[in-house]
Amino acid sequence: MSDHEYIPKSKAGKWLNDRLPLLTLGAHLTDYPTPKNLNYWWTFGGILTFCLLTQIITGIVLAMHYVAHADLAFASVEHIMRDVNYGWLIRYIHSNGASMFFLAVYIHIFRSLFYGSYKSPREVIWIIGLLIYLLMMAAAFMGYVLPWGQMSFWGATVITNLFSAIPLIGESITTWLWGAYSVDNPTLNRFFSLHYLIPFLILGLVVLHIWALHVPGNNNPVGIDIKKPSKDTVPFHPYITIKDAFALLMFMIIFAGFVFFSPNVLGHSDNYIPANPLVTPAHIVPEWYLLPFYAILRSVPDKLGGVILMFGAIFILFVLPWLDTSKVRSAVFRPIYRQFYWIFVLDVLMLGYMGAMPAEGIYLVLARVGTIYYFAHFIIVMPVVGLLEKTDPIPMSISEPVLTGSADPALARKDNEKI
Amino acid sequence: MSKEEKKVNRRDFLFTASYTIGAVGLGAVVWPLVHQMNPDKAQQALATTEVDVSQVEPGNSITVLWRGKPVFLKRRTQDEIAEARAVSLTDLPDPQKDEERVKEGKDEWLVMLGVCTHLGCVPLKDKGDYNGWFCPCHGSHYDVSGRIRKGPAPTNMEIPKYEFVDNNTIKIG
Amino acid sequence: MKRFNIKSLLFIAIFLLASSAKLYSAGGESEPLKVDWSFKGINGKFDRASLQRGFQVYKEVCSSCHSMQYLSYRNLGEPGGPEFSEQEVKAIAASVEITDGPDDQGEMFTRPGRPADKFKNPYPNVKASIAANGGAYPPDMSVLVKARPGGSNYIYSVLVGYEDPPAGVTLDDGVYYNKYMIGNKIKMSSPLSDDIVEYSDGTQATVDQMAKDVTTFLSWSAEPELEERHRTGVKVIIYLILLTTLVYLSMKKIWSRIDTEV
Repeated sequence: MSDHEYIPKSKAGKWLNDRLPLLTLGAHLTDYPTPKNLNYWWTFGGILTFCLLTQIITGIVLAMHYVAHADLAFASVEHIMRDVNYGWLIRYIHSNGASMFFLAVYIHIFRSLFYGSYKSPREVIWIIGLLIYLLMMAAAFMGYVLPWGQMSFWGATVITNLFSAIPLIGESITTWLWGAYSVDNPTLNRFFSLHYLIPFLILGLVVLHIWALHVPGNNNPVGIDIKKPSKDTVPFHPYITIKDAFALLMFMIIFAGFVFFSPNVLGHSDNYIPANPLVTPAHIVPEWYLLPFYAILRSVPDKLGGVILMFGAIFILFVLPWLDTSKVRSAVFRPIYRQFYWIFVLDVLMLGYMGAMPAEGIYLVLARVGTIYYFAHFIIVMPVVGLLEKTDPIPMSISEPVLTGSADPALARKDNEKI
Repeated sequence: MSKEEKKVNRRDFLFTASYTIGAVGLGAVVWPLVHQMNPDKAQQALATTEVDVSQVEPGNSITVLWRGKPVFLKRRTQDEIAEARAVSLTDLPDPQKDEERVKEGKDEWLVMLGVCTHLGCVPLKDKGDYNGWFCPCHGSHYDVSGRIRKGPAPTNMEIPKYEFVDNNTIKIG
Repeated sequence: MKRFNIKSLLFIAIFLLASSAKLYSAGGESEPLKVDWSFKGINGKFDRASLQRGFQVYKEVCSSCHSMQYLSYRNLGEPGGPEFSEQEVKAIAASVEITDGPDDQGEMFTRPGRPADKFKNPYPNVKASIAANGGAYPPDMSVLVKARPGGSNYIYSVLVGYEDPPAGVTLDDGVYYNKYMIGNKIKMSSPLSDDIVEYSDGTQATVDQMAKDVTTFLSWSAEPELEERHRTGVKVIIYLILLTTLVYLSMKKIWSRIDTEV
């Protein structure tokens, strides 16, 4: 990035900036040249930052009242709901906030998949993003254990038991994770500690994620490289800040709808039953955002195989930049890949649905089909389609199709989608 | 006003309005985050306590826990009351008449926070040079009205808000 | 066009997903009956009289076996609930003997309840309650309505759903058939019968009436913040819509600058 030297206007500002260039950083973020054709799928980065801060703030407040002991945890959550001033509000924001966080992250990821944001030179941004996603799943899983309801306890039991599938050292690792001979108080205590820690790791990775982004700059719907700054870009403030604010407010309306009018619809009623190690719920299910991986896990009859495939489903994403052989970034100009993209979306939704169903009969069959297709999409479709596909012609610049009245109506339409 | 100026005014109004309404929302969000740290409803429910004092003989006292602190309820004899009232105010580091520390018509009853006003220890009853309480931590002496007489404590032991629900019951807080 | 078909397939899939949330059920139990509860919906509120009657049913019928350990007696007087008067709350609390202590001799003792006390548990611990109830645990009912799929409708349906088992179904001793209970079998005999309670407000205590009242009471117990939550929610969403509109107009204003430049 070659910013011209920023000179602070005030003497105090200059004094501070000479010692810690905060004002230079501020100017960089304010002036940061952003493609002017970004559509609303690009607002989810800002929305995700809001989600992370919301979870951290509400989480710290909840931790002032929550008690991480097996005998007291469930009661402490009820204490928060009933006695703590606005406790019900803070708790419901935190529990529904987790769902909203994942809704936003999935939209954000699927944006990248469609527009090729993971492709060179943005591979590291993509990889850091996946690390953030992994940490999000770990934090969410552990957070769900804390109320110590039936699903908390049994979900923890099922998932921690997976580690015993590892040959030779599996049993020891599982016992080590538990701190006991089953999920018990030691497990709860350490999950609370780690649950408090992980969001700050995520915060650090988010800083790296944005830093790595600012090197090449944002991708855009047309997927072409653009000069910055130019007539193809706008300064981040006020153009993008106001657009992100608008999108965030729409997101908050949906969030508020859940918090105030349907705060438990995304959860499972069994988690309002205190944990009982002697009674297993009829159907153990994780929260909705983990369902596709749950389906993949259960589609393999072998325990170790299921674990390998489940983690594999995430790890394959890490090598996506190298699996995708296409020279064209954006699916806007990739008519064949576009079909497969939507099929992939359908596949993930179907896997999610199967994850909520018992692993038997037609549900198991479809889960297996879905799992096979999931991997086929990355291992077969991405490389092959990239090589063989005849892509549509891409414009030379973002403004060009509008100025020169380009023949391709598809291009013009995408360009006008900026607002 | 020219058309350009009119446009600028409308734009400024819109932005100002947005910022203002946004700030109001931010304030509304901050309040619950702050207020949650205030005593919750369970704490507030324990904020008052009723004490049955029917079993306390003159000359004796009981101690109860209220809001996490000890409260001394002493039923004084007539001699003790007279002794308290005979003290000259100039002898007191924190001048206060005994009458001001009790309820009218209930002079027998001394209800006070059993917390030394020096650094917060709990004074021992029926000890000290003034027939009252003695704090072992740093040697403060309190008299039969709970007033500081000698030692590092700056003020008399605090009288909380209380009232007689009936002759046998005192409600503290 | 291929793209059109796959995308519309996607939207159909999402629609089906969203509407089929309760497709899967355990077995032969029927879907719960639907009641038009006064507290459902955006402006839902609890019916105070029903809450007070429901509390009476809990106290006289259920409390001998079912605890409600997360409720305090003072909750009965707080806004958004049955809203008994301060005197009534004190009387309700005082009618119960609460174990307290240890005293200065190290002994536990009993004393009349106070509003700050939690609802008294009928049994000293879970094991005692299981032993006294033929091996079945009468669940604590503080959050029972949230702990069952179907919520209020489910609880109400179970209370009115006792009937003779269909042909071919045999029941063990102490097990009863219920049309709506998950699994159809329940270890509690029908707790309600007409006029088992004499309502202090004179309402006829039919099984249906008592089931509705006690379910309303249990629904409040599970969500005492419901009315405040609804009220605040309406204000928040109106505020957000207002601010969104202002920000939208600001956005249009700002972005109109570059159109004129290009």
